[in-house]
Amino acid sequence: MSAPKSDLPQGTLDLLILKVIALAPVHGYAIAQRLEQVSRGVVQVPEGSLYPALHRLENRGLLAADWKETETGREAKFYRLTRKGRKQLESEAASWQRLIDAIGLILGMADGGAR
Amino acid sequence: MTWWQRLWRRRQMEEQLEKELRFHVEQHATDLIARGHAPREAQRQARLALGGPEQVKEKCRDARGTRYIEDLLQDARYAVRTLRQKPGFAAVALLTLALGSGATTVMFTVINGVLLRPLSYPEPERLVMLHEQTQDDPSGWPFAYLNFVDCKRESRSLAPMAAVRHGGGTVSEPGEAEYVSGRQISSEMFLVLGISLVRGRAFLPEEDRPGAAPVVIISHRLWLQRYGEDPKALGRELVFNGKPYTVVGIAPAGLRLLGDVDVFTPLGQNTEPIMRNRDMHPGIHVLARLRPGGTLAQAETELALIGRYLAEQYPKSNEGHSIVARPLQQELVGDVRSTLWLLLGAVSLVLLIACVNVASLLLARAISRERELAMRVALGAGRGRLVRQCLTESAVLALSGGVLGVLLAAMGIRPFVTFWPGNLPRAEEIHLDWRVLLFALGASLLSGLLFGLAPALHAPARELEQALRAGARTVVGSSRRLHSAFVVCEIALAVVLLVAAGLLARTLLRLSSVDPGVDAKNVLIARVALSPNALSSPATMRVAWQDLLERLSAVPGAQSVAITDLVPMDNDENLIGYSTTAAMPPANQIPLSLLTSVTPDYLKVMGVPLRQGRFFEEQDRVGSELVVVIDEVLAQRAFPGRSPVGSQLWVQFLGPAKVIGVVGHVRHFGLDVDDQARVREEMYFPFAQCPDEFLRLASSAMSLVMRTTVAPLNAAEAASHEVRGATRDQVLYEVRTMEQVVSGTLARQRFLLLLFSVFSGLALLLACIGIYGVLTYLAGQRVPEFGVRMALGARSVDVMCIVLRQSVGMIVIGVGLGIAAALAAGHLLGRLVSGVRPTEPLTFTIMISMLVVAALLASFLPARRASRMDPVTALRQE
Repeated sequence: MSAPKSDLPQGTLDLLILKVIALAPVHGYAIAQRLEQVSRGVVQVPEGSLYPALHRLENRGLLAADWKETETGREAKFYRLTRKGRKQLESEAASWQRLIDAIGLILGMADGGAR
Repeated sequence: MTWWQRLWRRRQMEEQLEKELRFHVEQHATDLIARGHAPREAQRQARLALGGPEQVKEKCRDARGTRYIEDLLQDARYAVRTLRQKPGFAAVALLTLALGSGATTVMFTVINGVLLRPLSYPEPERLVMLHEQTQDDPSGWPFAYLNFVDCKRESRSLAPMAAVRHGGGTVSEPGEAEYVSGRQISSEMFLVLGISLVRGRAFLPEEDRPGAAPVVIISHRLWLQRYGEDPKALGRELVFNGKPYTVVGIAPAGLRLLGDVDVFTPLGQNTEPIMRNRDMHPGIHVLARLRPGGTLAQAETELALIGRYLAEQYPKSNEGHSIVARPLQQELVGDVRSTLWLLLGAVSLVLLIACVNVASLLLARAISRERELAMRVALGAGRGRLVRQCLTESAVLALSGGVLGVLLAAMGIRPFVTFWPGNLPRAEEIHLDWRVLLFALGASLLSGLLFGLAPALHAPARELEQALRAGARTVVGSSRRLHSAFVVCEIALAVVLLVAAGLLARTLLRLSSVDPGVDAKNVLIARVALSPNALSSPATMRVAWQDLLERLSAVPGAQSVAITDLVPMDNDENLIGYSTTAAMPPANQIPLSLLTSVTPDYLKVMGVPLRQGRFFEEQDRVGSELVVVIDEVLAQRAFPGRSPVGSQLWVQFLGPAKVIGVVGHVRHFGLDVDDQARVREEMYFPFAQCPDEFLRLASSAMSLVMRTTVAPLNAAEAASHEVRGATRDQVLYEVRTMEQVVSGTLARQRFLLLLFSVFSGLALLLACIGIYGVLTYLAGQRVPEFGVRMALGARSVDVMCIVLRQSVGMIVIGVGLGIAAALAAGHLLGRLVSGVRPTEPLTFTIMISMLVVAALLASFLPARRASRMDPVTALRQE
């Protein structure tokens, strides 16, 4: 383990999963890998909580799943976004962005005050 | 997928979950191998990365959202399995619960049918019954006919309004002569009730008048029996009381109007003088419907006005009379209400004891399963999950008990209703319906919660390690206290029921030894319907009665025979005003007395003692001087300190009469309440002196009383045959013995006593089982301790004392609480059941000693067992 890894802020796992799946239908293992790659190893997704999250999202109708063959010829459960899921992703991404902006603003202000 | 699909395809879902996770691990391992890890190491790392597969699966199952139902099913299956593992425990618990909930369900079924279900007429809430009322008699009088007519004409808020009067008689054609129950009704009665006839029509207003053509509506039963359900029965003739009537309508099957009815005739056609007299209340009851949108309060205001108007118009008869309306349902149910709620209360106590018992059984089991539960917590079960599982177990138990209870209730309800003393109103409407099932379900679930909560909350949360290490042999202090609390509750509840049963038993004993004033042994009672031909004139009626008495005295087994218009203690009364001076006080101040018209042998038949003077003789007849005989109470009241014999008494409707004798008091209103009755005075006058104008009315009220040398009912057949007479249209009906009538006045007390004895017996048994079980359990838990004590020199008596001391403590507290509750219950009982004295130290002492002895016996067995064990074996158990 090279870089120090942070825990995922609460509620963001769902958002990240939705974002990953939005690109193309994928299976669970691929989602885990992609998350790790994309966040360059900084964010550690506890794999144990990935599947419950997937099942929860599927249950809420944000995801749909089909059993398909992978490129290696094995059968896997592929998740894709439903229309409801896409909407949810958009609204959550937007609100997340707003939050980041606001926090950034506050942090920047504090720096200015110290100078 | 909807939630139930997910639930349904549970197996498929599980397989897919398994497959998905396996794919993940294998894929991860493949990647790791590709990066140069050894295959075994790669497999290990991939599994580690995912975490415990079972935990992940659990969380995924949680995410499905059907978790609760799945758990419920699983828990239920588990519960059934554990119950089947211990059939003894399950049987005791189920039996206890089934008895408790069965008894409660029976009581609720009765309450539901009698009190809760609306009457089976359309818009029953608008039906009311009207009464005339005087200040000193708030229970209400029946109506005078003319007052009804005025009331009906004047009222705007009550319409339609109709009157009904009892009027049974003999149907002699077509078919055999038979006495049937009848009602005289005014024309709008069926409109008021809102029911239509199966065939034909109701009475027309013009038929409800004197002199109109005689018409009759017959019951479905009579239609079937006399006409074989022939539709052409309409227009045919029915001979009722010797008079031909034309059948115009057939009532629906099962129609009741103040009891069973076979024949309806128009009330307005009745030409008896009593109908035109506002002073007389010939048992006319008035029913009415509130106008749509009208309220009872409006109707009452209006009736009060009408009552005042009538009092002004006819001050002689109506002074001080008001008119009131009450909901019909309330009227029909009457005083049964309190009895029913009392019984439901008592029965709930039994159910409560049953619950407490099962709770202590379950708690003991929960403690012995502590290790199992702790193990589950260690393996990842949440506390909430364990509590839920325990509750599911008790719910399974409670519901099975409830189902058994409903079955018991379904079997027991009819016998119970039949067994009810006297007439249970609306008895035919009592059956199990959805409301009862809902009640049974609710009661079972509630009791399940009640007895499941303590063991469930006992599910371990802290000190897991200790629980796991200690094994099942240490009793936590809190559970011992809880167990003791259970026993205390049971004893307290049992005390309440036992004392209540004791109070009732003492009441019954005391009342049974009260002298009724008559010698009830070997007396036959029956109503007589004279031959319709005999009713044609006063002279023929007198001859018919005389003839009847003569023929009956010849019946084998008959000693003496008389007729009377009032059978003692038979829930009937005939009140009349009297005065010792010629100037009668105004109607509302006149002293009242019971008036009975009898023939000379009455005193001999009833065994009423003659105190002074003489009783009636043959020479006291129409035309001779009017004579009366009074009882001790009236003598005391009207002629204090002097002999009444020879004095004059002015009697309403009869005129001045000479008092010729004084007889003993008869407890007419029953053994229990006669002392508190409003009117206790009694007066007799000779039936032979009955004025001609009242003779018809008196004849229809007459009962035969006969003292027999054999068992009374054995003489009934011969008497009945003799009465039939030459025309074979004279009948005896309602044949009973005087002993039945006397004991009938205590039927309510006897019935309650029987039920309370059963309930309290059950309570006592359950409490003893409870004490026995708890002490056995607690003593069992302390075996190692006792072993140490004995090894250190304690004798077996000492060990026994330790166990007994524990039980005596529980008994003392339980009895203390029980006495307090029993005092309250006794007062309630005293208010609801006549004759019960709420605080009888002797009863309390006897019943409580009984309980204490039983409880000590129940605790003696476990104590002895504990004292007899071998200290070495006991120590080894540690």
